[in-house]
Amino acid sequence: MSEKLLITLQDDQLLVKFSQELTLTTITSAQTKIEKYKTKIFDKVVLDGTNISYLDSAGALFLYDLQQYFKNHNISVSLLLQESKQKQTFAFVEENCRNAKVPFLEKKSSFLEEIGKLFYSNYRGFLSFLYFFGQLIVTHLDAFVSLRRLRFKEIAFEINESALKALGIIALTSFLIGVVVAYQSAYQLKMYGANIYIVDMLGLSILRELSPLITAIIIAGRSGSAYAAQIGAMKITQEIDAMETMGFDPFAFLVLPRIIALIVMMPILIFVSDIMAMLGGMIIAHTDLNISMQLFLDRFNEVIAAKHFFVGIVKGPFFAFLIASIGIYRGLMVKDDTQSIGFNTTKSVVESIFAVIICDAVFSIAFTNLGI
Amino acid sequence: MDLIKVRNVQTVFGNKIIHDGLNLTVSEGEIYGLLGPSGCGKTTLLREMVLLQHFSGGSIEVLGYKLENIKRKEAQQLRHQWGVLFQFGALFSSLTLKENIALSLVEYTDLSKKMIDEIVAFKINLVGLKPDDASLYPSEMSGGMRKKAGLARALAMDPKLLFLDEPTSGLDPISAREFDALILKLREMLGLTIVMVSHDLQSIYDTLDKVAIIDNKKIAYEGTLKEVTSAKSKFIETFFGESNE
Repeated sequence: MSEKLLITLQDDQLLVKFSQELTLTTITSAQTKIEKYKTKIFDKVVLDGTNISYLDSAGALFLYDLQQYFKNHNISVSLLLQESKQKQTFAFVEENCRNAKVPFLEKKSSFLEEIGKLFYSNYRGFLSFLYFFGQLIVTHLDAFVSLRRLRFKEIAFEINESALKALGIIALTSFLIGVVVAYQSAYQLKMYGANIYIVDMLGLSILRELSPLITAIIIAGRSGSAYAAQIGAMKITQEIDAMETMGFDPFAFLVLPRIIALIVMMPILIFVSDIMAMLGGMIIAHTDLNISMQLFLDRFNEVIAAKHFFVGIVKGPFFAFLIASIGIYRGLMVKDDTQSIGFNTTKSVVESIFAVIICDAVFSIAFTNLGI
Repeated sequence: MDLIKVRNVQTVFGNKIIHDGLNLTVSEGEIYGLLGPSGCGKTTLLREMVLLQHFSGGSIEVLGYKLENIKRKEAQQLRHQWGVLFQFGALFSSLTLKENIALSLVEYTDLSKKMIDEIVAFKINLVGLKPDDASLYPSEMSGGMRKKAGLARALAMDPKLLFLDEPTSGLDPISAREFDALILKLREMLGLTIVMVSHDLQSIYDTLDKVAIIDNKKIAYEGTLKEVTSAKSKFIETFFGESNE
């Protein structure tokens, strides 16, 4: 039998003859065929399923839907099924549909509703960050009232884990940045014969801006994300809950040590970054512009005031605070599913880099207005 | 003496009501079970009792402290007097078994290291773990070991009150029965009062003295297991129906 479905329209009667299988895989083609006839006029339908060799629940559901459709359009329907097993299947489907025929209402929300929800969830997010911040400050005060409560062991561990172990990558990156910046400017300076000004350029840009930013970005990507993921995982395994029930304040145990560790170490990391970036620049100045190391250092001493160095270093603790607190906050926001670890880790990096750049801009404006 | 009094507790998440006026009382020395269909808020109630979650209305009193307006210091004192075993142990993954158990002792007491080691060894033995396991990290332990380790940690400070969240779930039947026996033994030896959430019918019959059944946002039944079928609740019928034939 080549034709699976035979539809004939005689006078006012539509005869639909099914044959072979009526299953998940075949109902779509049957549906398109029947669809064409639905527009025509008739007042009696016979759904002939006597030749169906196999009927699954989807097929039965399809028959049931057809039956309902015609009934709703005041067309008398008769359904013929041969095998008792198929009748059972159909009866089973019919019964379940009658009991639970609640169409899934796709909730359509208007544009305004979406905006409202978005705004509200952002507002809630902001409030929860403020809540986190408040708790952080209370714990900070608490810790500094009695220094004994500071957990020095954890701080030392975090200093090693999130700062000392980052020294290598920070040194290498800064060195390369120094090389690249020097190389690019060397070409321009050579055209004007202003070779010696490479020292001024590098000194100002690296000490004031580049080193703090590079360090902050690496730490945000490396340690900030690690904080979010570690604390997020602890949240999922209920370790944070366990700490709370045992009376260990997670803020004192997990949050403060990390924040303090980064605040202490960030200026040191920036200092290392300064040294390495200047070294990179110095090498390029030597090879490309024929400025000897001695000359470079003499000029550096002459034109770069110490304040430029301190401007860079001072930013460190602020960047550190932002990175650590955003990373930890994101970790604590993790819900009971693994997906939210990834989501919050990503967010922690994006948000902390963004916050660092905003903070840097504020510093730039402030320092310029102060004439530093 | 009543150690826990829950009076008219209401819990609302967003616009979903979880508890609508719960009342129950746990007396000293009891093994008390919170039962109910999944999603009825058993674990939520347990979390409210151990200060992990706020409730919207009513009052919970644990060991004489009213939780709804407890102060930081009081909460801290209260936390020293209970032990909590979480469903999956919730051991600190960066610490070994020994360190996990010792943590409270190191933080809260001025015991010597030798004394702490002795206490830890005793607790490890008490819950049926081997002394060799002491240096394992949680990731190196089996599910059953983690539960026992969690129990040892919960018992570290010799609490009066022990909360267990599904203590036998995820254990094989033999380990589960062993765990039940352990709980009964501990109650006898240490005079504990135990509150647990459980789904394990065998464990419920073996260990519990008293149960509260939460169904449809309310307490459907509170009392001993013998009379449980007297209460009218669909959950009770399906859950206890067959086994009481």
